[in-house]
This record gives sequence, C-alpha cells and structure tokens, in this order.
Amino acid sequence: MVATQETIDTLEEVTGKYKYGFVTDIESDKAPKGLNEDIIRFISAKKDEPQWMLDWRLKAFATWQKMETPDWAKLDIEPIDYQDIHYYAAPKSSEGPESLDEVDPELLKTYAKLGIPLDEQKILAGVVAVDAVFDSVSVATTFRGELAKVGVIFCPISEAIRDYPDLVKKYIGSVVPVADNYFSALNSAVFTDGSFVYIPKGVRCPMELSTYFRINEANTGQFERTLIIAEDEAYVSYLEGCTAPQRDENQLHAAVVELVAMDDAEIKYSTVQNWYPGDENGLGGIYNFVTKRGACRGDRSKISWTQVETGSAITWKYPSCILQGKDSVGEFYSVALTNNLQQADTGTKMIHIGEGSRSTIISKGISAGRSQNCYRGLVRIQPGAENARNFTQCDSLLVGDKCGAHTVPYIVSRNPSAKIEHEATTSRISEDQLFYCQQRGISTEDSVSLIVNGFCKEVMKELPMEFAVEAQKLIGISLEGSVG
Amino acid sequence: MAPLLEIRDLHASVGDTPILKGINLAINVGEIHAIMGPNGSGKSTMSYVLAGRDGYEVTGGDILMNGVSMLEMESDERARAGMFLAFQYPVELPGVGGMSFLRAAVNARRIEAGEDEVDQLEFVKLVRAKAKNLSINDDMLKRAVNVGFSGGEKKRYEILQMALLEPVLSVLDETDSGLDVDALKIVSDGVNLLRDPARSMLVITHYQRLLNHIVPDYVHILAGGKIRRTGGKELALEVEESGYVGIDDAA
Repeated sequence: MVATQETIDTLEEVTGKYKYGFVTDIESDKAPKGLNEDIIRFISAKKDEPQWMLDWRLKAFATWQKMETPDWAKLDIEPIDYQDIHYYAAPKSSEGPESLDEVDPELLKTYAKLGIPLDEQKILAGVVAVDAVFDSVSVATTFRGELAKVGVIFCPISEAIRDYPDLVKKYIGSVVPVADNYFSALNSAVFTDGSFVYIPKGVRCPMELSTYFRINEANTGQFERTLIIAEDEAYVSYLEGCTAPQRDENQLHAAVVELVAMDDAEIKYSTVQNWYPGDENGLGGIYNFVTKRGACRGDRSKISWTQVETGSAITWKYPSCILQGKDSVGEFYSVALTNNLQQADTGTKMIHIGEGSRSTIISKGISAGRSQNCYRGLVRIQPGAENARNFTQCDSLLVGDKCGAHTVPYIVSRNPSAKIEHEATTSRISEDQLFYCQQRGISTEDSVSLIVNGFCKEVMKELPMEFAVEAQKLIGISLEGSVG
Repeated sequence: MAPLLEIRDLHASVGDTPILKGINLAINVGEIHAIMGPNGSGKSTMSYVLAGRDGYEVTGGDILMNGVSMLEMESDERARAGMFLAFQYPVELPGVGGMSFLRAAVNARRIEAGEDEVDQLEFVKLVRAKAKNLSINDDMLKRAVNVGFSGGEKKRYEILQMALLEPVLSVLDETDSGLDVDALKIVSDGVNLLRDPARSMLVITHYQRLLNHIVPDYVHILAGGKIRRTGGKELALEVEESGYVGIDDAA
C-alpha cells in the first residue's frame, strides 16, 4: 500500500494542470531523426540483437512502407511526419544496470515524483514488481530474483530476445501479426523496449507485475512491445501506467501488446493511461495508437482487459480477445475520459471461435469540454462457436454541452445458438445530482468527480487496489475545469 | 445578538416568474420555526433559495446568517457554513458508495475548518451508531446513495446526514411527505434527537401532523410568496381545522 500513498501524495502536491508535466534532465543517447533501414539497424545494434530479430524488423519496415494510415476511426488527426521523430532515445548512463544502485539518481527522483515504488523495500510492502520503461529503454526491473524462484520470467523484452530467443520467436507476432495494421507494422519495425513475461505451467505469479512507461525526450516516439505468455493453469495480473512531460508538439506512441493464455490459464491486464493530453486549446499531447490483443488459445482460458484512459490527445485503442479455446472467457472493462479537445476512439473486439466461449464488455465513456469520445466494438461469433455468449454494456456520460459521445457497436453472429446482449445508455450529469452533493458541502469539482467515479464504478472495481485509488484521483483531476 | 438566520424582504424568481414576493423572517439560535402553506405558495422555492441553488434568482432583499449576507456564497460554501437542507425528493447517485459520500461531506467541512480528515475506522463506527437511531441497517449504508431506497429510507438517510454534519441551521423540506405513521415517527424522533440550544431548524410542511412530532416555537403561513400570518404552534391546528382558505385576506 506504500505505492498507493506515494501516488496520492504526488497527486495531491500539484494543483490544476497536468500533474506529470516535468522533464527530467538526463543526458540522453538519441538516434538521429527519421526512419529508414539504417535507423532500424541502429536500434537493433543498440539492443545487441541477433540477426533473426533484425531481419524480422526489416521485413516489418518493408511491409509498413506499403501500408496507409487508417482513417476509419472517428478521429481528426493532423498528418504525422514520420521522418521528424527520433525512434530511439536512451538515458545515457542507464544501459544495463545490475541493481538500483547503478540507476541514475536523477531517474530515481523522476520515479519518486511519479510515485512509482522503485525502491525495493517499499515495493515489498506493496507486493508489486516493476519494470520501468523510460523513453526507449527498460531502466530497472525489480524483484526478478524473487520471481525467478518460481520460474516466472519478467524482464525487458530486449533482454528476452537475447536470453530466451526460442520463446520470443515462437510467440512474437503470433497474436498481432506484423501486417495487422499500420501501427503494428511500424511498431514491429522500430520497437525499442517493453516487457516480457513468461509464467510456466501451474504457476500462480506471486505478485502483481507492473510496468511504468514514460516518454521524456522531446520529439521522441515511444514504441514498446509487450509479450505475456501464461502456460497451462498459470495466472498473472499485470499493470501498466503511462505518463509523459508536457510539451507543445504532439508525440507518437505506438505500442503492441500480445497475450497468450493456454489451457486454464488466466491473464488480467490493467492499464491506467495518463499520457499528456495537450492543453485547453488542444496544443500538444500524445498520439496514442495502440494494438492490444490476447489469444485465449487453451480451453477454459481467460483474458481480462481493464483500462482507464484519461490521457493522450488522441487515443486509438481496441484491446481484444480471440476466444479460440473451448469455454474460454474474454472480458473488457473500460473507462475512457476525454476533456478539452481530446479525442478517443476506443473499444474492443471479441472474436468467438471456441465452443461455449463467453465475453463481457463494460464500457464507460465520459466526455467533457469540447472532446469527442467514441466506443467502437466488434462481437463476432464464428460458425464453430456453439453456445457462445456475449454481454455488452456501453454507457456514455456527457459533462457540458459542447462534447460528443458516440457508440459504434458491430455484431456479427454466424452461429444461431449464440446469445448476444447489447445495452447502451447516454446520460448527463444532472443539475439535481450536482446540487445534492454541493448542498452537503462538497465543492463542485469534487462533486463531479464523485458522480463520475460512481458512473465508472463497475470498471474501477476490476482494478487492483494499487491502481484503483490512483485512477479515482486521476478521474477527478482530468475533469478539472469541465464544470462551472 | 444578530439572529442566526435573518431574511429581509426577500424576492426571488425562477426564470421570469416571481415566486417569493417579500419575505421577512428571523430565526434565533435554538428556535424551531415551521412554515406551512398551500401547494404552490413558494415553500420549496424558499428552501432552494436559502440553499443557493442555481436557477433560483434572488431579485431583491437579503439572506443573512449570523449577520453576514449569504447571497454571494455558492451552495457548497453555505453548506460548509452550517446550513443543511433535507430534500423533499433526495437524489439518487448511482455507483456512489454511501460511506464515501458521507465521508466526503464530513471531510469537506473539516478541511475548511483546518482539521484533519476523519479516521476511516472511527468514522464507520460513528455512522453506524447514528444510523442505528434511525433504523438504518448496514446493508443500506453499503448501497449507492439513495439508489433503490424506498421513500421512507430516503428520508431517514437525509436525517442521518443531518446528524453527521451537525448543521447550525437545518431546513427540512416536506420531510413528512410520503411517510406512513411509523416512518414519520422514526424520522421525527431522529430530528428531535438533534434539537439543541445551539441549533435552529426551519420545518417546511403542508400538513400539521408533522408538527405533533416536531413541535415548533413559531408557525408561519406562507401564501402567494409572502408570509401571511405568524403565531405559535396553535396556528398549525387552526389551519388544520379551517384549511388555507382565507389566509390571504388575513394579511
């Protein structure tokens, strides 16, 4: 619980605006701007990668060059100049630290500001193991020794490529193929770091695993890649958090996350995304184009996505489940909050292939300011998915009268035994509710935060404790200035 | 000493419609005043105007608490200054846990007073103790605020909040509406427990029966946006006998 307290303190220290908008002054080792084969070779060399990985990247790059930016989302995006971005930036002094003592003290201070419990002593109390990715490099992965005892591998993916090449080769790109979409191809070509998790058969990961992503350098893209494999009867709960400094230009974040769950395995993946959203006038902010997908390959396997999306100027993200296994289960719990000029187009895909597969989608969209918030989801029942079931609930809440909420559900059923339910509501914070809270002495902003958190409760309760408190505070902070 | 609440020639409108047309009223510390009146006389409007609700515009006169005008204060500031409104129709807050709501309200006052926030465990004990007096069980406390509560439960929950917030001035807006005899007794007993020489109450009601339970020091009859008559508790009985007919003439 130390983590929680630290986080709260950090949040409370600060006043009105984006709370994580500081820049850490660390000497950085950057690749020149631009994207070409040489840059990809540079990244691969920096990571000391084997030839097969470089070949894979170059092939992905060739694929990407033939693709076009998708334009089907309800997003208004300024054209991105992919040659004006640094594809690699590493804090100089932090290559391959063996322990926290070797980590640049400036970095540790940054993490302290963020409220990340990097100090192992403190982590002990919170029972969280952390892999922190700073721009393009994993800075420190805590608790690896402890995890290794039970056979759990938790390390930066760049290390996994060197140390566990067979596992990486077998699974990378197997859930999200390189050519899946424009941004997955880009990520496959230039990904710089991310986390790798392997839970062997029958092991219940003894602690929550956590990654904290931060973009620090200007004009830097962040392209992390995460791969989580849970063998038969394995269980893991994984958390990720993201922040970035406040900058006037837009920055690109294009991640790929792949999950694989075998027979009776369960993966719970939680995200609190708080990338810099841009200012009140829409200046700056992160472009967040993320492909997240989990494959429930085994029978009775389960993958559960929980996300709280409050940051980014633009969010384009559809964490999905491919329910191949018999009686496999997919879940998607989402809170997407947009304020000012933020745009979010987010949702999920549940692809039912296995007999008796079940899925649940609970989406809560909150729009404030002049923002646009769109839920886009696909439920597809394939012919072999006898007795598949889906329940979808999409609720939208409007704060003010200049924002938009949109719901675009696609439902395709190719098996007559399927049961699919879809519920949707759109509501507004009522003046009655606000007045009731205020009459109890609660300030307008706290009242809005209370009401909105109440609206999101079904999703919030799915978050691990460490994140739930931070997420609640974030909702309040993100809505500041949206009423009155 | 200035009265706790002083209303001076208060005029108020909702939209373009004038509702209150010159109300004068003074409530001293420790007194209980009742306002009775026919439907549409401006009773609920008066409670909202006192609480500072948006859309209820004061067009003339003043409202003073301890000699200080409240007109420029937002509704949450008035609440923290010690004014409480028990709603005629308490509002549902889906997903907002009862305990967190009550704690947020109590902490808002404490923070303003420069005190520490309440200790969570101590607070739960305190709420349970006060809830018991009002026949509110743990299950009700765990539910979202007012969601799925019966009419009687909602009213008891209002009085629980009043007990926790310890306001110096409580305005009870038709607290008896929708209550059966038993529920009325529970609610009235809860209110009477809060009677205190340091606190005042303004009880707004259509019917005299509530005043059998919560016995007022003064009764005012509101009609057509003005106070037409003022008297002791016997005035309520008179109204019960002869109705509101003819009240306007008495002004």
